[in-house]
Amino acid sequence: MTSGTTTIEVHRLSPTASTIAIQGDITSGTEPALMDAYTRASDDMTRSILLDFSGLDYMNSGGIGLLVTLLVRVQRQNQHLLAFGLSEHYRQIFELTRLDDAIGIYETEATALERAIWLDGD
Amino acid sequence: MRTETGQPRGNPPEATSDLPPKASNWATPVARLEVGTLPTSALNLNVAGRRLAGPVQGFGRLWQKTYRVALTDAEVTPEAIIRTWKEHFGDFWPKGNRFYGPLTSLEPGEVAVLNLAMPGKMTLSTGVLVIYADDESFAFMTPEGHQFAAWITFSSYRDDPAPVIQVQALMRASDPLYELSMPIVGHRMEDQFWVATLRALAARFGDNDAKVELQRVCVDRRRQWRYARNIRQNAAIRTTLYRMSHPRAWFRRGGA
Repeated sequence: MTSGTTTIEVHRLSPTASTIAIQGDITSGTEPALMDAYTRASDDMTRSILLDFSGLDYMNSGGIGLLVTLLVRVQRQNQHLLAFGLSEHYRQIFELTRLDDAIGIYETEATALERAIWLDGD
Repeated sequence: MRTETGQPRGNPPEATSDLPPKASNWATPVARLEVGTLPTSALNLNVAGRRLAGPVQGFGRLWQKTYRVALTDAEVTPEAIIRTWKEHFGDFWPKGNRFYGPLTSLEPGEVAVLNLAMPGKMTLSTGVLVIYADDESFAFMTPEGHQFAAWITFSSYRDDPAPVIQVQALMRASDPLYELSMPIVGHRMEDQFWVATLRALAARFGDNDAKVELQRVCVDRRRQWRYARNIRQNAAIRTTLYRMSHPRAWFRRGGA
């Protein structure tokens, strides 16, 4: 789905894990596209949602708020939210806003998926 | 309402070729807040040494509250509105509330001390960090002990034909004591504060009859009990205890 300058794609990694890949900007205006992507990424079997930020161009404070809204929806379904592909700058923003307390950050999709599988075993 | 000086901390990164565009719009991470020199009239408590606490770290239900006012007959751009707001932020606050921030415009990384009027003529001392700022918006994050664990975004945009000014808070009450007060006084005080602020800002641009719209959405009804321990940092309790142990402070400008 495309929203303005943002494209969001969903990939199934396994029966219990999906990736939401973001290309472009995340602002408050991205909410419909991101929430639609989550709906497509999640079903009764899903335990982990991985956010792919490797295509992220720009995120403002509204975009950060959007991630909290997504986190609430994920947690409501007893799922885990993980992130990978963040640049050093946006890793710092996750640290600044303390989003990293709730969203695990990993270097690659593989390491994030490995963690997701481990969490699924809990 | 008077804005007082403070020293910036957590300065934004200098632009380099390794940083993405607009990287300087964000503050850099800070482990603990630092406060610079403040006027003697400021009650400087509950800010220095505190960590930031956003909606993820709060106890109470998660609310998104949006306060919005459209300026009628105002020939002003969103950028001009935000520039004025950043330069004179505390000037638009309701009487009895003080914002001890930078003398110049708000920039990412700056820390401000707040002295907030509470019921019973009490004062709550806490603060905020400017986490983000661009030409059309800026955002604060609250420290541990503040009434809310929150991100608050201040913005302006054009909704043809009128420019619109907006405050949007994504917030949880920080601890169980604050959460108990929300239905009693918390929500009402917060609403009154920002409605009055937006009306004052609208009046600056010639709209003396501005109507502020309020939208309140409960994003998450669940309370985060693992953060009940936040009460140890409760700024209202700590401010009150300080006042009781420092009687001279009762006669400081601003009262109890």
